[in-house]
Amino acid sequence: MKSPSQKYFTNNSKAAYLFLAPAISAIFIFFFLPVLAAFIISFTDFDIYTLGDWSTLRFVGLNNYVKLIDDPLFWQALQNTFYYVVAAAPLSIAISLSAALLLNSKLIKYKGIFRLGYFMPVVTTLVAVAIVWRFIYHPKFGILNYILSFVGINPIDWLGDPAWAMPSIILMSVWKNFGYNMIIFIAGLQNIPEELYEAADIEGANGWQKIKSITLPMLAPTTLFVTLITTIGFFQIFAEPYVMTQGGPLNKTLTIVQYMYQEGFRWWNMGYSASIAFVLFIIIFIGTMIQLKIQKSKD
Amino acid sequence: MKRILLYTFLGITSFITILPFLWMVSASLMNDGEASVFPPVFIPDYATLIQFQTLFVRLNAAQNFLNSLLLSTIVTLLSLFFNSMAGYAFAKYRFAGKNSLFNLLLTSMIIPSQVTMLPLFLLLKYLGFINTYMAIVIPGLANIFGIFLIRQYCLSIPDSLIEAAKIDGAGDFEIYQKIILPLAVPILVTLAIFTFLGTWNDFLWPLIVLTDNSMYTLPVALANLMGEHTKDPELMMAGSLVTIIPVIIVFLVLQKYYIKGIMMGSVKE
Amino acid sequence: MPNKNLNIFILVLIIFSTIQFSCSKEKKTFTEIKFWAMGSEAEFVTKLIPEFEKQNPGIKVKVQAMPWTAAQEKLITAFASDNTPDLCQLGNTWIPQFAALNAIIPLEMLINSSEHLSRGSYFDGIWRTNIIDGKIYGIPWYVDTRVLYYRKDILFRAGYSHPPRNWEELLDASNKIKSLFPSQEKYAIYLPTNEWAPFVQFGLQANAQLISQNLTKANFSSPEFTEAFDFLISFHKQKLAPIGISQVTNVYQAFADEYFSMYISGPWNIPEFKKWMKGNLSDKWMTAPMPGYKHEYPGLSLAGGSSLVIFSRSDNKKEAWKLIEFLSEAKSQIEFYKLTNDLPAVREAWEDSVLKNDLYMAAFYEQFHNVAPTPKIPEWEQIAFSKIQLYAELAARNEMSTKEALKNLDKDVDKILEKRKWMLEH
Repeated sequence: MKSPSQKYFTNNSKAAYLFLAPAISAIFIFFFLPVLAAFIISFTDFDIYTLGDWSTLRFVGLNNYVKLIDDPLFWQALQNTFYYVVAAAPLSIAISLSAALLLNSKLIKYKGIFRLGYFMPVVTTLVAVAIVWRFIYHPKFGILNYILSFVGINPIDWLGDPAWAMPSIILMSVWKNFGYNMIIFIAGLQNIPEELYEAADIEGANGWQKIKSITLPMLAPTTLFVTLITTIGFFQIFAEPYVMTQGGPLNKTLTIVQYMYQEGFRWWNMGYSASIAFVLFIIIFIGTMIQLKIQKSKD
Repeated sequence: MKRILLYTFLGITSFITILPFLWMVSASLMNDGEASVFPPVFIPDYATLIQFQTLFVRLNAAQNFLNSLLLSTIVTLLSLFFNSMAGYAFAKYRFAGKNSLFNLLLTSMIIPSQVTMLPLFLLLKYLGFINTYMAIVIPGLANIFGIFLIRQYCLSIPDSLIEAAKIDGAGDFEIYQKIILPLAVPILVTLAIFTFLGTWNDFLWPLIVLTDNSMYTLPVALANLMGEHTKDPELMMAGSLVTIIPVIIVFLVLQKYYIKGIMMGSVKE
Repeated sequence: MPNKNLNIFILVLIIFSTIQFSCSKEKKTFTEIKFWAMGSEAEFVTKLIPEFEKQNPGIKVKVQAMPWTAAQEKLITAFASDNTPDLCQLGNTWIPQFAALNAIIPLEMLINSSEHLSRGSYFDGIWRTNIIDGKIYGIPWYVDTRVLYYRKDILFRAGYSHPPRNWEELLDASNKIKSLFPSQEKYAIYLPTNEWAPFVQFGLQANAQLISQNLTKANFSSPEFTEAFDFLISFHKQKLAPIGISQVTNVYQAFADEYFSMYISGPWNIPEFKKWMKGNLSDKWMTAPMPGYKHEYPGLSLAGGSSLVIFSRSDNKKEAWKLIEFLSEAKSQIEFYKLTNDLPAVREAWEDSVLKNDLYMAAFYEQFHNVAPTPKIPEWEQIAFSKIQLYAELAARNEMSTKEALKNLDKDVDKILEKRKWMLEH
């Protein structure tokens, strides 16, 4: 026997649809439709000629995707992006976890202040921050080289040396993002029941052992979540290299999204650009599926 | 003893974390050329506001600031409206296709937004909205994360309240307006902060759709400035500061909600 | 009720902002023309505008600045969204792109009916960069080209009392300069591999046809271009030029420090060179026209600079033309030069003493008589910046033989040209 409210809500789907209508229509028209359109465009050679004259548009099937395979710049961008993700994600996650553990310690009061310091990079505008870091990295006038000179390290051209450019971007990116994951980890830590730790204390476990056998396993779902959103986000990196290095030197910091932007909005090879976007999507999709599968197999 | 070590470590690391900001503030108060010296200076000889003067008087930063402020506010208010209605519907109503629709929305969060940029640009061009506020407002009208957060929150609103209102003869929209919204204020504030910050900080999309200097938001104007004044770090730092300050103020005042929101977004149902 | 008021407030805010920023402006009593310009040109041209408005009451000019790095994207985006200005400054290598889009109009009729403006007022090589398919699309505003900057004193020590006049002398002088500093890390010439211009320049000097078959087939593997490419890369291989740009963070300082003694570049460097070569260094440097291939002197250089163009969708073409005429008067050209150091495109302006008596300008004046355009296709920007530079760098760093680099360059460029080829065949 349904309660009055259950009956009410079941019979009142009209109201539900009305409530949903604005948001869903907006999402449909301005998100799903463009995704579909991008998919279609990736099968054409939409470019600058097409902008001036529609009749020059040709349907080229999988040609753009085939071209991608043959495109050394695409592979370079892919390599750079993977380098970035594989280096930055674990680093960021490790640092945010450590920070969360520290801040969660019962020995500390005034957590708010330290949390503020760690979190400030997260809320600030990326462009503004990238500009500041660009000057910090200046080979001659930047404070990073200055500080390093005190420990006897010669000036490094952080953004101009092909070997150091990506590490520089990784460092800045980790600095900017670790606060966000730290908060998520703190939430996860607070959900671990106290009794587990008390039991471990009784058995005489020390700090490290507690972390290894209680904290980390209990944090597993949170860690998975953090890893997922961090990886997905990092695959899409654009603004940092755009502002700091424009993809150079020697295309060593060119990322997939940047390449997509260049092809689409600088050279106006829009069909090609759309195919790059979809390849990115497929990569992220596969990566997400893999991570979920790994987690499932562990359970 | 352990406590002292911990405090020291925390103190040093958080200081290092905010060090770039400190340098930014310091350099923005320097005169032209003062920051491009070796060895680098950390404190200006004479603090001056001349960079800010240049920004606002010569470079029209006030217009950019206004654009950012108006756009962030409009998008926040509108999207709160749209998202809250949808979130409420998903939480409290039963209708055909509810679960499939919701799951579709969730999984589509994987799609990188860059995929949509080109067609969206063309669509907006045909609507005549390029280089207007609409180009920024329209894609921001609703977002899946917001709907998800609100639904999450609304699930915990007791059905009995709604039942009681219905017995009193209240219509659907009245229930939404008078009962749900007031109860949802915490999550609304959280979402408002997310949206405001997100819109304020947005860079790539405004870069693409805004072509007039007078329409630029602060991040775009800043990147523009970077393209021209690479040799003027002091000016760039002042610009960065102006861009970041509102965001930091919003965060400082409302951080409780913001952080709670992140936590809520991460907890599985 | 608060929520209701909030809803109304929102609606009002949206409507207000949308109206204010979407609708066109009300009718004015004067004509306003929108003029987009880049970088320092935008900043300084505003100083010339008051005089123009005085001579043309009823026309107001609104100048908008864009940085060079984003200008091309912005312009095409503006075109794609029907937001183009009335006229704008366009780098002359961009003209083919905008002509292909039919975004800008041919100017013959306006030129023919003009009192002062004619082809003869300009350097011929520069004028020709604005001609696409026989029609003239832009009026040269300011020009630049690349010449040789060199350290007189070091060249003298190497046995050269005059700047190198051809390829052999260039190579020989470089070798001799290098041998002056056997144990130090010093070089003879700076050929940054992220600049495509010298490679294209020397190729054109050797009479290479960069793109053949009506500009649809890449021809960088041709013997002529290979000769030029090999020649320049040999400077890197023989360590006569530093590889990579990270070692030279400040070109002018490096020049003053004798890190290298020769540099091929444009007029925009002169103020900075003057700043760094001061004191007893101030008379130790000079400009000279390009060394030529075999016996040609001066050698060919690239015809660079910016033109003024009018957009097809403009409603104020006549007024925009008036502004172009104004900026093309010798007087305006000289004044503009004094503000920006951009060289006048109008030949008459060079008679002015400020240019005639300038030591460093003589080389440019001579060079302008032998300049040529780059291939006039919309794809050129991508080819030059994205491909030529890439392969030049790979070859200079010895990651590819020059032969392989040029073969790959041809392959990549053919892909870029595929659409153009298809369009011409249909």
